[in-house]
Amino acid sequence: MSKVPQFSRAARWLHWSMALLLLSLLFAGLTMVRALEPWQLTLLQLHKSFGLVALVLVLIRLWVRMRTQAPALPADLAAWQRVSARLSHIGLYACMLAMPVSGYLMQNAAGRPLEVFGVLTLPALLEVDLAVYGMLREVHGWVALAFIVLILVHVAAALQHGLIRRDGVLQTMTGRRRP
Amino acid sequence: MAQAVSWWRYALVGVLVGALALAFYVAATGFPSSKVDAQDFVDLQQGATPHEGFRRAHAKGFCVAGDFVSSGALADYSTATLFAAGSTPLQGRISIAGNNPMAPDLKAPVRSLALSIETAAGDVWRTAMNTPPVMAVRHPQDFYQQLVALGNGTIQQFFAEHPESATFREWAAGYRASGSFATEVYHSINAFYLVAANGERQAVRWRAVPRAELVDTVPAEFADSDDALQQEFTARLREQPVVFDLVFTLAEASDDETDPTVLWPAARTEIVAGQIVLRSATAQLEGDCNAINFDPLVLPDGMAPTADKILRARSAAYAESYRRRAREQ
Repeated sequence: MSKVPQFSRAARWLHWSMALLLLSLLFAGLTMVRALEPWQLTLLQLHKSFGLVALVLVLIRLWVRMRTQAPALPADLAAWQRVSARLSHIGLYACMLAMPVSGYLMQNAAGRPLEVFGVLTLPALLEVDLAVYGMLREVHGWVALAFIVLILVHVAAALQHGLIRRDGVLQTMTGRRRP
Repeated sequence: MAQAVSWWRYALVGVLVGALALAFYVAATGFPSSKVDAQDFVDLQQGATPHEGFRRAHAKGFCVAGDFVSSGALADYSTATLFAAGSTPLQGRISIAGNNPMAPDLKAPVRSLALSIETAAGDVWRTAMNTPPVMAVRHPQDFYQQLVALGNGTIQQFFAEHPESATFREWAAGYRASGSFATEVYHSINAFYLVAANGERQAVRWRAVPRAELVDTVPAEFADSDDALQQEFTARLREQPVVFDLVFTLAEASDDETDPTVLWPAARTEIVAGQIVLRSATAQLEGDCNAINFDPLVLPDGMAPTADKILRARSAAYAESYRRRAREQ
């Protein structure tokens, strides 16, 4: 049983900064694949650049998650809720990894150079291949949808803990939990 | 549970989660805006029965390969390494307008030459050039309406309502399709910037000007085929490479580089950046060009897009067409 009252400072910082980053990336992605506006290209370039930032951050985050203890869930929480929490967190991490990896590789398969903030060109890890692009592009889209669903579930569960159960679980991530 | 829970707490959770879900829905669909988006464009281009696996616009074409042999004449204007003197391999595609991959070559109103030039260092320049030198309209929303009007026979009325189409109409009235893909002039249409080492930007357009002697009509041996122009081109390549001069026109301060409907005065400085040398042709589904999305906003360091609204709309529309045919592989 975990003894820490709340998530570590590093974990909390990573959670909230990535929450902002990943929501921005999702909204940018959904918008830029439709938009015919003059800013579409800028948004696309920002999406790719910040997508790489997200990949670096999720790797750091997984490392932090494995090295630090997470606070325990309340003892009276139903078993199905514990299992749901565990599975949804695994799902969220899987999406956090799959989004940038599929995004990176699909650009490789399309033969498009990947520039990060206009300064660094990333190496292509895949040969140009239309069918591979087609597969990766759909993966990128479907994982985005799964990610959005999981985020909604995650937010609903967090608010349920914070506003309805008022059991201190939300405070383990906001950093306001008293030991 | 320890405490009694008042109804408004449930309502608050519902409202917050619902608001986030609604925001995602609006981002994904654009609702309630009725503006034309990339999906609408490609829906219109592909028509009621899409030709699966093919490009939704300019569906019929073939792959070409060769080199861009740069003269170095643009090196002072752009840091792009492919403009330094020397040769860079290219993949290309020659096509006709329309969504039918089996359409007869000689019926198409527009012919195109698209290029993807990639340096050893991984810098890529893609350009999709067409026979018209200008667009008929300035806005993607108007371009959509132009395509609608072309489809339902109201194009003359559309042009009358869009006086900015005058230059395009004048070109269309005077244009006579030649007897070969190798003897057409292909235009960038939109303007771009060349970016020099000191950061200075020069607005330019470019066009591929054929070196081959003009042929007015397709040789009789090919003329009856739906693939007349493809056959003529392949036969021509067996004799010698097909060469174009890549001619850049430099805008002056009085030219609006963001307006694709107007031509710049003929007196503008022109620079021959080098030659496009096409050495081989391959059927499109077997060729390397099939995997390429000739998005003209793929530019190397040393080139940049202008704020031309039509140009800026091209990336999303090309990507949607590319996604659809890639999914069908």
